[in-house]
Amino acid sequence: MNASVIIFYILSAFILASALLAVVSGKIFRSAIFLLFTLIGTAALFFWMGVEFIAAVQIIIYVGGIVVLIIFSIFLTQKSGDEMPKPLRNRSLFSVLALIFGFTFTYRLIYEYGFVQTAHKSFNVKVSEIGAQMLSTKEHGFVLPFEVVSILLLASMIGCIVIAMKIKSPERTDIQ
Amino acid sequence: MNEISITQILFVSTALFFIGMYGLFTRRNMITMLMAIELILNSVNINFVAFNKYLYPDKLDGVFFAIFVITIAAAEAALAIAIIINLYRSHQSIDVEDANELKY
Repeated sequence: MNASVIIFYILSAFILASALLAVVSGKIFRSAIFLLFTLIGTAALFFWMGVEFIAAVQIIIYVGGIVVLIIFSIFLTQKSGDEMPKPLRNRSLFSVLALIFGFTFTYRLIYEYGFVQTAHKSFNVKVSEIGAQMLSTKEHGFVLPFEVVSILLLASMIGCIVIAMKIKSPERTDIQ
Repeated sequence: MNEISITQILFVSTALFFIGMYGLFTRRNMITMLMAIELILNSVNINFVAFNKYLYPDKLDGVFFAIFVITIAAAEAALAIAIIINLYRSHQSIDVEDANELKY
């Protein structure tokens, strides 16, 4: 048991506990805050795995963007202090059963598979390598997906504005 | 046990995935269902980075997939919230049981 192993256990317990609280908590605002903790824990897990760039992107986009967006939409659409209605007992019972079955099935597959780990090469990702490969047009370059994702972001941004825009109702006084 | 193996990381991501599935099954509020989807996408990201670190440490493909998943999750969340706000304007509710005009 060295420090890295202990840190991994603490991080994963933190992630799973706050994720569980995020899906069972009765008040929607608390649920959003627990989602925030889960995302921060995942970012810490990325730090633990040695991909600092992904961890930074996770914190910037998820914690700084998506959670703030979710909290804003909670404030816009409902009272944040109210208790949400409890799920039907039948529904939660059967979903718990389905999930226990699914989890044991999947984890048994993973456990029995026996991954062949390559002999512990160091895995440190340089940001300059990520940038160079992201924009290279050579064999393992990612410039085409990069451009496609840029177009997708632009399209979704325009789509958001169009969907959420308030259409002014025509002036009634002119008609009558 | 002095090293964390990939199986243990996959345990965490599988558990996170099924917790997200539980949220998606039981919640009827659109914002909380969106939160459950974010949990699921996060578990997928953990998987990609773990496979890259433990099985192919000399490549970067898993890291790129994680970046693209994060980007698309951001786009999806923004679009979903625009739809939710629009639905709230017309129905005064964001419960999925109340939005049933297209059902039959």
